Amino acid sequence: MKSFFLALLKSRAGLFGFVLVVIFVLAALLAPYLGLPVPTRSNLVARMSAPTWTGLFSPGAHPLGTDELGRDILSRIVYGSRVTLTIAAAAVVLGGIAGTLLGIVAGYYRGMVDRVLMRIVDIQLALPLMLLALLVIAALGPSTTNLIIVLALTSWLRYARIIRGQVLALREREFILSAHAIGASTWRIMIKHLLPNVITPALVIATLELARIIIMDAALSFLGLGVQPPNPSWGRMLADGRVYISTAWWIVTFPGIAILLTVLSVNLLGDWLRDYFDPKLRTTR
Amino acid sequence: MTRYLLVKLVEALVAIWGVVTIVFFVSRVLGDPAVLLLPVGASQQDLDTLRAGLGLDRPILEQYVISLFAMLRGDFGISFQHNRPAMDVVLERMPATFELAGTALLFGTLIGAVAGAIAALKRGTISEFIVMIAALLGQATPVFWLGIMLILLFSVDLGWLPTGGSGTIAHLVLPGLTLSVFVSASIARLLRSSLLDIMREDYVRTARAKGLMPRTVFFWHIARNALIPVVTMIGIIAGELLGGSVVIETVFAWPGVGRIIMQGIQAQDFPVIQAGVALVAAIFILVNLLVDLLYGVLDPRIRRR
Repeated sequence: MKSFFLALLKSRAGLFGFVLVVIFVLAALLAPYLGLPVPTRSNLVARMSAPTWTGLFSPGAHPLGTDELGRDILSRIVYGSRVTLTIAAAAVVLGGIAGTLLGIVAGYYRGMVDRVLMRIVDIQLALPLMLLALLVIAALGPSTTNLIIVLALTSWLRYARIIRGQVLALREREFILSAHAIGASTWRIMIKHLLPNVITPALVIATLELARIIIMDAALSFLGLGVQPPNPSWGRMLADGRVYISTAWWIVTFPGIAILLTVLSVNLLGDWLRDYFDPKLRTTR
Repeated sequence: MTRYLLVKLVEALVAIWGVVTIVFFVSRVLGDPAVLLLPVGASQQDLDTLRAGLGLDRPILEQYVISLFAMLRGDFGISFQHNRPAMDVVLERMPATFELAGTALLFGTLIGAVAGAIAALKRGTISEFIVMIAALLGQATPVFWLGIMLILLFSVDLGWLPTGGSGTIAHLVLPGLTLSVFVSASIARLLRSSLLDIMREDYVRTARAKGLMPRTVFFWHIARNALIPVVTMIGIIAGELLGGSVVIETVFAWPGVGRIIMQGIQAQDFPVIQAGVALVAAIFILVNLLVDLLYGVLDPRIRRR
């Protein structure tokens, strides 16, 4: 653990990403205690006020301006991060668990199970992910739960493919053969012996997937298929603010910067984790 | 090689069948098109007549088999919205999508390749740093937001370019530029790391040691091998772009395939959704088939397998 943080301190990019991620997560967790205005409270007198930096800590200040209903944009971005990060984290966990387990099963059993699973992966890869997400959301209806399911659905195959490859190599190793020889059950071999050996690549994929999922979540919300109003969500803020682009640039600018910074920091952290744990993963997508 | 090709072809066909099947069943969950087609307050009898006319009253598996055979003939049914064959409706949008995807792919690949090569060859210089920062930002930027920002700058503030629509070169600039940024960022990063990996190989050292010109070593020994992962990436990106970038087409009101599928979903126009997704998947699979073949050219080892 200590060497991990020492290595992190040595990498400027990794450290930068890590610090930003920590700040964003803290802001999301502590949002109610930051003294921000209520994100859903509109104030028509102050609608579309430009960002002001004077009297930054006075109650009526809007450092990032207000939107078309007079709601504070900074507050909406911070509260929006709670929604975005929860959805993205849930989707990553769901997709990661499903993908990892299926990858282990495919790699361990090989044969028919493997062939069927990999064929399903190929079929799904033949559909652009965005199209698949649109189809499923349209079928299930837009809601937070459905959004998480769809995002996980676009994600599991990345784990399944890479983990399967690793398990194919692992299953021929002595420690697996000997576990088999002393009569360990298949389930036990998969959970006790194979899983711990693929957990690191799975975590690396998960970090990189997190970034992709945050963007996809924003895109779906932008198309009106994500989190439903009045809950603030970054993609939705962009879609709503687009209408006022010629009069109030700040409405559409800041949520985008929030997405950019979040994705950038998660990417930096993910890249560093990958290089730290397993440079071999680099060219696999 | 023939066997390799055949296997790939069969795999492609299976994948297309799988996609069509998924789309058929998912779109049947979307809702009852007969209800949508008739005016509010239509009688149950009208509803039944229309459903029978559309074949929607038959068992779902029968509908599936019937439409599977029809799809083999390229018949995806009549669009509920447009009252014309759904495939025609979708195919009409193909040129616009090709135009946008082609532009983005061409410029994105060129810029990305040059930037990636510079970053790898000028290791540790300010050039590498700038390229890598730009690529990182390019990858982290949501494309649709970038599109909006470009509209803000070039259309709203400067008034140089139209905010959306299509027809002239001016209309193509902003959506093309937006997508190119994304493409070039991915390619620059991948090419750089791929070049750096290859440069460390023993055979590169050998080539240098036997006195070959640096340019020869770069193009024949390094670049050729470093291109293999890049070609895969280009294939994936090409497939995604040809599938119509739904979000970018929405931002710029670009009349492409992605947008017609999106409109089909909103209007629950099953035939258009099916035709659109099947077409997109077929193109995607075809592009990847071409990529597989290109591998054989770049890496003779694959051909012999």
